[in-house]
Amino acid sequence: MSMKREKKIRVVIAKPGLDSHDRGAKIVARALRDAGMEVIYTGLRQTPEQIVETALQEDVDVIGLSILSGAHMTLFPRIMELLKKRGLNDVLVFAGGIIPQEDVRALKKIGIKEVFGPGTPTSTLVEFVRENTPKRK
Amino acid sequence: MFDERKLSEIKKARQKWEKTTVPNWVGRHPERKNDYTTTSGIPVKRLYTPEDVESIDYLKDLGFPSEFPFTRGLHATMYRGRLWTMRMFSGFATAEQTNQRFKYLLKEGETGLSIAFDYPTIMGYDSDQAMSLGEVGQCGVAVSHLKDMEVLLDGIPLDKVSTSMTINGPAGMLLAMYVAVGDQQGVPREKLNGTTQNDNLKEFFAQKLCIFPPRPALKMSVDLIEYCARHLPSWNPISISGYHIREAGSNAVQELAFTLADGIAYVESTLERGLKVDNFANRLSFFFASHNDIFEEIAKFRAARRLWARIMKERFKAKNPRSMWMRMHVQTSGCTLTAQQPTNNLIRVAFQALAAVLGGTQSLHTNSFDEALCLPSEEAVRAALRTQQLIAHESGAANTIDPVAGSYYVEALTNEMEERAMKYIDKIDSMGGVIPATEKGFFQREIADSAYKYQKEIERRERTIVGINDYTVEEDWVPIDLLRIPPHVEKEQLARLQRVRRERNQRKVKEMLGKLHDEADKNKNLMPTIIEAVKAYTTLGEITDVLRSVFGEYKELILV
Repeated sequence: MSMKREKKIRVVIAKPGLDSHDRGAKIVARALRDAGMEVIYTGLRQTPEQIVETALQEDVDVIGLSILSGAHMTLFPRIMELLKKRGLNDVLVFAGGIIPQEDVRALKKIGIKEVFGPGTPTSTLVEFVRENTPKRK
Repeated sequence: MFDERKLSEIKKARQKWEKTTVPNWVGRHPERKNDYTTTSGIPVKRLYTPEDVESIDYLKDLGFPSEFPFTRGLHATMYRGRLWTMRMFSGFATAEQTNQRFKYLLKEGETGLSIAFDYPTIMGYDSDQAMSLGEVGQCGVAVSHLKDMEVLLDGIPLDKVSTSMTINGPAGMLLAMYVAVGDQQGVPREKLNGTTQNDNLKEFFAQKLCIFPPRPALKMSVDLIEYCARHLPSWNPISISGYHIREAGSNAVQELAFTLADGIAYVESTLERGLKVDNFANRLSFFFASHNDIFEEIAKFRAARRLWARIMKERFKAKNPRSMWMRMHVQTSGCTLTAQQPTNNLIRVAFQALAAVLGGTQSLHTNSFDEALCLPSEEAVRAALRTQQLIAHESGAANTIDPVAGSYYVEALTNEMEERAMKYIDKIDSMGGVIPATEKGFFQREIADSAYKYQKEIERRERTIVGINDYTVEEDWVPIDLLRIPPHVEKEQLARLQRVRRERNQRKVKEMLGKLHDEADKNKNLMPTIIEAVKAYTTLGEITDVLRSVFGEYKELILV
């Protein structure tokens, strides 16, 4: 039998914006960690620049963005732009929070793979991340 | 509450019932679950009887309304005399728009204002500071300076309406602006009536909107308590808040215990300033959540009043009964709202609001059913307000005082809540109090663990949430238009800010900021100077930046 060990998926869970609703972000962080992933939680009030820097430094495969302040249409496009600029084109980005449907459509167009609303089971997130994380070269 | 002979008869009959009647029935009709618990995980028995309340000494533990230990309520006639204050938390976009919402709510029968500020304001930033990008007017109203407050309160008589402000780090600055508008209206300061949340301690582990590190943050809270005790006698300088602790994921026992522990810290800290307990404790107010479990919530409110009264009397030797009063505001629990089948939230809110009324609250906010989707729209807010009016006028809940008292279950649960909360308070005391416990991450861990446990219970379907893990539908239907904040809001807000900065007396502003720096450095009570500064149109961000430079900024203790 091959002893090749699968590399653990590395995720950063980030809180852009000024809001402090971290209950969801922390639950997601714990659930992904319990599912065997390596999870970095940034803490509150991270600027787009800080989030992208963390993603780069930590060499992550996945970024989960959580926001409930309503500033997503300002901050998410900025994050996506910076990711591109820094060459992080392959990173899987998903988001969660209170985000209206019409914004979800717009956010998907700029490369956010999925937006999860309140009431999403953590098992759905775990599955989503496993299925969508790009394979390491 | 029963004599021993009667109790032993009851015990015999109960044992017989448990040995024969129950097994007979359960054999044919099994119960739905093996274990029943409250939302907080307190075991719930099949049946409560006089045996469960035998330890209760009526006069000592329950007493009469308006008498120690206030379990049955603060006022002698409760809602037969005056209904609770119907106070709807609102604020969005510009001061003009929120002012219109206030006037609408007052017209619809609301009896007190409650201001929701946007995140930049809450964090002490002006609308044009870098951190404010994208946030202006989104989750509340933007107030950067006195002019914004003037517009916000335009046409609202401050001697007639009481106002609650959900503001903590910059509570002093916003109260100062309110006082300044009161002065402009010619309202005597002793007539200014309202509440500043100003509970900076819970910020570190619950709401997490921290500006300064714990010790200066506590100093700012106590500055306000002290200033109000001396100069604003009708103002509630603080609303010691369990609501955010609960929303962050705690259970009801933790909410109760951590809130009262915070209360103890504020009392101790104010006493250190040389005030006598009976000179300020009467103005301390509290704020709790009302979650889904009706009886647990009622028990929590009743236990909270009794426990606080005992703490004030026994621990702090208060003499004035008013110092022992726990006056509370309650908000239905935002975290119970679902984005799925949002109209179900109307029913949830109604149950939660009923629990608050049966628990004897002084003031109530009912959430709108669309709040898991957006800020509340006008139609949704009206329905939420109507829920309170229905309870007040149609349900009969307001006709007699403390109607659920004497329920074996409610009394037993009230005892249980008090005992469990007291254990936590002892533990926090043994850690050296709230600040050391916060610095060790004690509250943060307790709350995160409870939140995760609750979520897991839902996912394992040990806990049914209608529309989430059972009774789901394919397509959700939202019967109203969602409220969106248009982009011109930020532009208008920034334009006014620039105008104010241009037109004010710059020398005066500079002088005020220098004075503030000096007084902060010398650890003086900052309120008088803050009032003077806002009157000169010094902005919130300018004042907070000076204080940041003296006190430092809080670095989050990151725990998952």
